[in-house]
Amino acid sequence: METREYDIVVVGSGAGGGTMAAALAPMVSQGVRILVLEQGPRLDPHEFTGSEGDMAGALYEDQGGFLTADGTMTLAMGRLFGGSTVVYTGTSLVAPDHVIREWYVPGLEHADIEQRCRKYMAQNHVHYLPRVLLNDNNKLFFTGCHRLGLKAEQFPLNVHGCKGSSLCNLGCPNSAKMGTHRVQLPDAERQGVEVITRTEVIRLEEKAAVVRVHAKPPGAKGREPEWAPGEYRINARQVVSCAGSVGTSALLLRSAVTAGVPGLGRGFTCHPAQILVAEHDRDITNDVGHPKSYYLDRARQEGFVLETCMYFPFVTAKNLTGFGPDHSAFMTAFPRLQMILVLACDKAVPENRITVDKSGKAVVHYTFTPAVRRSMVAATRMSARIFFAAGAKRVHAPPADPCLIDRQDAYRLDDLILEEHFIPGRLSISAAHLMGGCGMGPPGKGVTDSRGRVYGVPWLRVADASLFPDSLEINPYLTIMALADRVAEGIREDYRR
Amino acid sequence: MTAAVLLPVGATFRAVAMTVVPETAALEPKEWEVLERGVEAALSQRPETMRRQLVLFLRVIEYLPLLSHRGRFSRLDLAARLAICRRLERSPRLLIRRGLWGLRTLIFMGYYGQPAVQGRLGYRAHPDGWSARRRGGEEAASDGAVPTDL
Repeated sequence: METREYDIVVVGSGAGGGTMAAALAPMVSQGVRILVLEQGPRLDPHEFTGSEGDMAGALYEDQGGFLTADGTMTLAMGRLFGGSTVVYTGTSLVAPDHVIREWYVPGLEHADIEQRCRKYMAQNHVHYLPRVLLNDNNKLFFTGCHRLGLKAEQFPLNVHGCKGSSLCNLGCPNSAKMGTHRVQLPDAERQGVEVITRTEVIRLEEKAAVVRVHAKPPGAKGREPEWAPGEYRINARQVVSCAGSVGTSALLLRSAVTAGVPGLGRGFTCHPAQILVAEHDRDITNDVGHPKSYYLDRARQEGFVLETCMYFPFVTAKNLTGFGPDHSAFMTAFPRLQMILVLACDKAVPENRITVDKSGKAVVHYTFTPAVRRSMVAATRMSARIFFAAGAKRVHAPPADPCLIDRQDAYRLDDLILEEHFIPGRLSISAAHLMGGCGMGPPGKGVTDSRGRVYGVPWLRVADASLFPDSLEINPYLTIMALADRVAEGIREDYRR
Repeated sequence: MTAAVLLPVGATFRAVAMTVVPETAALEPKEWEVLERGVEAALSQRPETMRRQLVLFLRVIEYLPLLSHRGRFSRLDLAARLAICRRLERSPRLLIRRGLWGLRTLIFMGYYGQPAVQGRLGYRAHPDGWSARRRGGEEAASDGAVPTDL
């Protein structure tokens, strides 16, 4: 095994790792050697084709179908240069004040998070899309909310030159999304930070990472790895794990040097999500334009958030409950479909956690708590009301049996959409906001302090969503960047001493 | 072509596919090849144990109706097959529900993941977005559904 020497090794290149790379990059000119390790490939812009079958395997862990331990939920994790910032829709919200307060992390103030979020909003060109570019799918959501007296809010987005391809979740084919692959990582590389792709971190050892660089599989998308395939031991004074909630937790759990850290893998939350679909009498613009322009925040009141969304045919088919002629009839109505994404604001509970199997692979244990089930059902009822208020003729509501509800039954939603029909294993539930596992907190309670320093392991820091002690109630990427910025600041201060 | 994993249970797989996506009953042999190639490609990325479980589950589906319908699954009509799949979908056992969910998801992937099928559904997403629609003579966005106070 070849050994290489660096000062700082960053594991992961998504919202946490990309931010870390750029925030530390000025240190390269002072002679500090910085290396970023990314498990996935580096894709060139022309490789983002927007084809559903073509892209899923290149962008996501397990093609987007990573299953929880009991198989009742799929987890989406971006696995490429730029991580999940390549494949999400670009929604950019600052963490709510009450969430940060309720995390009870000593030394972590909302004002600090907000200030850092604003910095990255400016860096990532976050703004509101002009309304002329919003499609019917989004406008109908606004209309439905408006008619019900609900206040839908517009998402600020980190796009630059958005053409409205609607293909955000397959990686923007026009390089319009300002993820770390477009902003922070190129900036870091220009300043001399090295990024090695197709590199799996097998384990951490004392001040070192043992990695395996994989060859590019025949026919696969992406560039060849920057290093020759094989195993390496990379020595470093400081390791920063930014491999995401599941990736970082699993890495620390399978490394003998950190496996004994108390609380590791605990506190996993993920905003379990369902895609709800309704059919209108007429064709609407749904597969053109940015897919996610509005949201309705009911987190404080009812434990859920509704967002506009539009998915591709296979993902849509998968997320409709059932099969057979009714399912097919809905699919053939594709140009008339409106969609809403329901996100439950779950809370950290002891049974929801990350472990590793004998081979060191991550295993995510997740049980839908009664509170989450209630939130999902309440969210489905409200979504159905919004659909009908916007003029839909029928709604597909997973926690109803049968799932299809016609307009003439719109007055009976509370009788039709019931918790007893929320049956895991029958419904399609997925999550993309994976949080927790290395939660910040005071000594004895947290895995790290508020600057991401792992208690008892002075050469190791964490800077990703695994730091969240509980769920965030919004898309986490901007908060991850803010936390990574804090962690990087701590590293720079250590070097100055 | 019925490739490696599906080979021993090909008839059952196709019968389940024609149950969950009735349009597949009209597929030509070459179209079946495309569907099954997509499914096999996805299965090749999955652990061996999962592939074995899938084959076992398909065998169970094939022979389960011998008790209730006096015939193998692949020889039943659509109504009977639908009834059996619905019973599995609502099974009190999570393992069974999961199995059917996974199988239907694979079939949806093999079928709805095909660009030709997506085109037939009317799905028209294009990397050029609004520009592509304008080239087709459509307006950027219709305002019909939007209240004036937006």
